[in-house]
Amino acid sequence: MPKPIKKKKTMLYNLGKYKVLYLMFLPGVVFLLINNYLPMFGVIIAFKNVNYTDGILGSPWAGLENFKYLFGTSDAWEITRNTLAYNVVFILLNLVLGAGLAILLSEVKGRFTSKFYQSVMLLPYFLSMIVISYLVLAFLGKDSGFMNTSFLPFFGKEPIDWYSEPEYWPYILPFVNTWKNIGYYVVIYLAAVIGISEEYYEAAILDGASKWNQVRFITVPFLYPLMIVMTLLQIGRIFYADFGLFYQVPLESGALFPVTNVLDTYVYRTFLIGGDIGMSSAAGLYQAVVGFALVLLSNSIVRRINKDNALF
Amino acid sequence: MGPTDSPLHVSKRSGAVIHAFFIFYAALCILPLILVLSISLSDETTVIANGYRFIPETFSVSAYEFLFKDMDQIIRSYGVSIFVTVVGTVISVALTACYAYPLSRSDLPYRGFFAFFIFFTMLFNGGLVPWYLVYVNLLDLKNTLWVLIMPMLMSPFFVLVMRTFFSSSIPMSILESARVDGAGEFRTFVRIVLPLSLPVLATVALFSTLNYWNDWYLSMIFISDNKTISLQYLMYRTLLDIQYLTSNSNVASQISSQGGMLDLPNKTLQMAMAVVGIGPIVLAYPFFQRYFIKGLTVGAVKG
Repeated sequence: MPKPIKKKKTMLYNLGKYKVLYLMFLPGVVFLLINNYLPMFGVIIAFKNVNYTDGILGSPWAGLENFKYLFGTSDAWEITRNTLAYNVVFILLNLVLGAGLAILLSEVKGRFTSKFYQSVMLLPYFLSMIVISYLVLAFLGKDSGFMNTSFLPFFGKEPIDWYSEPEYWPYILPFVNTWKNIGYYVVIYLAAVIGISEEYYEAAILDGASKWNQVRFITVPFLYPLMIVMTLLQIGRIFYADFGLFYQVPLESGALFPVTNVLDTYVYRTFLIGGDIGMSSAAGLYQAVVGFALVLLSNSIVRRINKDNALF
Repeated sequence: MGPTDSPLHVSKRSGAVIHAFFIFYAALCILPLILVLSISLSDETTVIANGYRFIPETFSVSAYEFLFKDMDQIIRSYGVSIFVTVVGTVISVALTACYAYPLSRSDLPYRGFFAFFIFFTMLFNGGLVPWYLVYVNLLDLKNTLWVLIMPMLMSPFFVLVMRTFFSSSIPMSILESARVDGAGEFRTFVRIVLPLSLPVLATVALFSTLNYWNDWYLSMIFISDNKTISLQYLMYRTLLDIQYLTSNSNVASQISSQGGMLDLPNKTLQMAMAVVGIGPIVLAYPFFQRYFIKGLTVGAVKG
């Protein structure tokens, strides 16, 4: 590839020479200004005491009142804990099961069967959270759900009112999340496993390595870079929760809030249902700022490990 | 080629265990859909008496008959979803390609600024409240089709994927020779770069289609009239409405005292709605997923 022109050119010359390419940026720039940058200025709402007669800019400043109020309630701790704890569990499950299932799947040698398993595992990934909430209801419905009418009675257990018993949801939600998304991770890891040259395995076999040892000393080490990047990408989003999973799947059941309320559902509820602009803006800013710090942190770690995989 | 006893492959017995495991896992993925289909094809009274079963105990299509009596809303929502998906995907791919291509040109001065301009949006955002106010108060797009399309038009991630493809798969020499032949930048882009980039365009288009088709969030926060309700949101409303009716005996008795129908086949109707909503994606799935896997694989290998 030829090197970019070294000679220093004036800005005007560059703009003229590449005007078509700069014009191509234009629609995207306009979109980003409206959809992303304009709302960034809106973070001042978190420091205002918004009332509708004065409008947002005209409303009096509230200083840190909104934040004091937010962190004064038990909500702040609960939503932070839920968001972080669930995401940690999700990341671990995606990592272990994603890579594990991909390695297992790579051992299925029949082309047709392997493709079939891949396709079926990816199917839940294509379903919307609304559909998933229907599927979950079909299993966990109180009166006629499959669990209560067929599964539990078979083992001689009493039916459970799933949608009002918080204790089960820390297991149900990770299960649903993994069920829906694991196919995606499996396909990505599988591509990496298949990409490993057979020569490594053949050499290992000459040294008498068992299948287990081949996986342990060849496959898994080859997957490390991808595993690390996939994990760090998720860590960058650890302060954000899948709104659909936490809002739709539990059917908004109030009894479950202590274990289903996360930052995203909290901001939504306080704003669009509760109408509290100040508090939800404060919670939103808290999420954005901590999220920002976490992306920078995980990116700098990726950079240290493998510069090519860093986002910036 | 079947499993052999060479040390390159797992033993026959382990192979069988792996197959058994994946058959079990495949069942786990498919059975919930079969359960929903089966409930929708069951008779309501049997379902109430015995609960949901994987095979209908008493076959009945009354739930579908009920649903199709009032088809206007369903057809309308299908229309909304199809329109939003098609228009959204087309604009989205065009916008993404237009932004990603100049970014991939290593000879373009100031491209670092434009890269930062989009990737910064991955780092920081204003949060739900200001974003909502921009669309509702500033642009006044509440209850329009555009509000279902616009917010998802451009994703930094797609731009990243396309930029990587352009810069690694389109040789600079092709661009040079086009220039020598007198083609302008835009002409080169449309006539040469895009046709060479079909794999990545298809990948982004598929992801985008899935995003638009499965979206209910934008409907939930921006749509309050029935005219612009998407299919997913209609499914959500059906689920909630019936939940509400069955869990709230006051509402139920009110409806029946006003001569309304309370003997609507609740549970089977609910699941029939789910089948009508799931239908298109499951039918399109076999076609879709082949390219999807290819796209994911390309993305993973290219990084």
